[in-house]
Amino acid sequence: MTDHDSVDHGAYTSLVEADDDARWAFGTSFDDPLAGVDTTVPSGVDATALATYCLMLADDALVLAQRLGEWTTHAPEIEEEVALANIGLDLLGQARLVLARAAAADPGVVPALPERSPVPVDDRLAFFRDAAAFRNVHLVEQPNGDFAATMARLLVFSSWRLALLDDLRGSADPVLAAVAEKGVKEVRYHREHAARWCVTLAQGTDISRERMIAGLRAVWPDVPELEGTDPSSAFDQAMDDVDQVLQAAGIERPDVPASGGRGRDGVHTEAFASLLAELQGLAREHPMGRW
Amino acid sequence: MTDNWPLYEVFVRGKRGLNHVHVGSIHAADDEMALRNARDVYTRRNEGVSIWVVKSSEITASSPDEKDPFFAPSGDKVYRHPTFYDVPEHVPHM
Repeated sequence: MTDHDSVDHGAYTSLVEADDDARWAFGTSFDDPLAGVDTTVPSGVDATALATYCLMLADDALVLAQRLGEWTTHAPEIEEEVALANIGLDLLGQARLVLARAAAADPGVVPALPERSPVPVDDRLAFFRDAAAFRNVHLVEQPNGDFAATMARLLVFSSWRLALLDDLRGSADPVLAAVAEKGVKEVRYHREHAARWCVTLAQGTDISRERMIAGLRAVWPDVPELEGTDPSSAFDQAMDDVDQVLQAAGIERPDVPASGGRGRDGVHTEAFASLLAELQGLAREHPMGRW
Repeated sequence: MTDNWPLYEVFVRGKRGLNHVHVGSIHAADDEMALRNARDVYTRRNEGVSIWVVKSSEITASSPDEKDPFFAPSGDKVYRHPTFYDVPEHVPHM
C-alpha cells in the first residue's frame, strides 16, 4: 500500500471490511440472504398454503424473539444478556424475511391499514394482526420463567427449528430455501448455547440442577405441539438431539401430560395477549408512522 | 455472581487483518464460555473471523514505573526503522 495518507492506524483498522461505507468504524459489508434469489412464487407451489406455512415459521421466531428480548436488563450476567438478545435478533431477522414472504405469496393475509400508510408488509403482519391470526406454538409464547426454563425452551425449540430449517433448504420455494440456508447457521449456534447451559446447570450445584429439571418440566407440556408441523420428521430428529443433551446433562425427559395447545389454529394462552399488547401497542397507535 | 467469574481479555482478527487485535474484556465462568461470550459481545457486527481469549490474570504487563528503562533506550536508534534506509526503486515488496 503506497497511499499512506489514506491509512488509518486505529486499533480497529484491521477489522474494517473493505467497502465504500466509511461512516462505520468496523463491521460492515453485511450479506443479503436473498441476494440473487428469484422471489416469484414458483408455479407448482400453492400460494395460500405457502403463506400459511410462512406465518407459522415466522410467528414462532417473532414471538420467541420477543420473549428473549424480555431478558434484557434481567439476565444473570451482562454477557448472557447480550447472547440472548443476539439470539432473539437472529430469530427476528428470520421472522421479517418469512413474514414478507407470506405477504408476497398471499397479500390477503396482510392487515389493511389506512391508505398511503408507509408501514411495510412485515411490520403490518407483526404489529397489526390480532392474536387469533398468529400461528405460533404455545411453547414460544409462555412467559420466560427462570433462566433454566428459558434455556430448556431454547434447547427444544432450536433443536426442532434446526431440523426443520435443515429440511427446508430443499424447499420448492426458493425464498424459504434461502432463508433456511442462512437460518441453519444461526439456529445451530442457538442450540449449542442452550445445550451448554442445560448441561452446565444440570451438572452444577444442587440448586442449579433442581432448577434445570424444574425448567424442563415447565416447558415440556408444550413440546408435543411441535410434532404437528410438517415435516413431522423434524420433530423426531429434534427429540433425538434433545435426548443426547439430556443424557449429557444426566436428566430424564419429564413425564408430564401434553397441554394440547393449538397455537397453529390461532388459539393462544392468556399470557400471549399481554405479550402482543407490549409488542404491538406503539405501532398500533401510529398506523401512519414511519420508523 | 460476577465476583466469581474471572475476567478475560479478548482479541479478534478481522477478515482482512493479519493479526489479532485487543478489543476489550468480558467475564466468563470458563475458557469455552469466554470464547462464546466474546463472540456475542465483540463480533455482532460482522467483524471477526477468529477470536482469542486469555484470562486477564495470565497476562504479564510492563509497569508504568519502568517506562524509562524499558522504552527510552530505543528512542534515539533511528537506524532501526526501515525508513532510515534508501530503498532502490527496483526493489519490490517493501
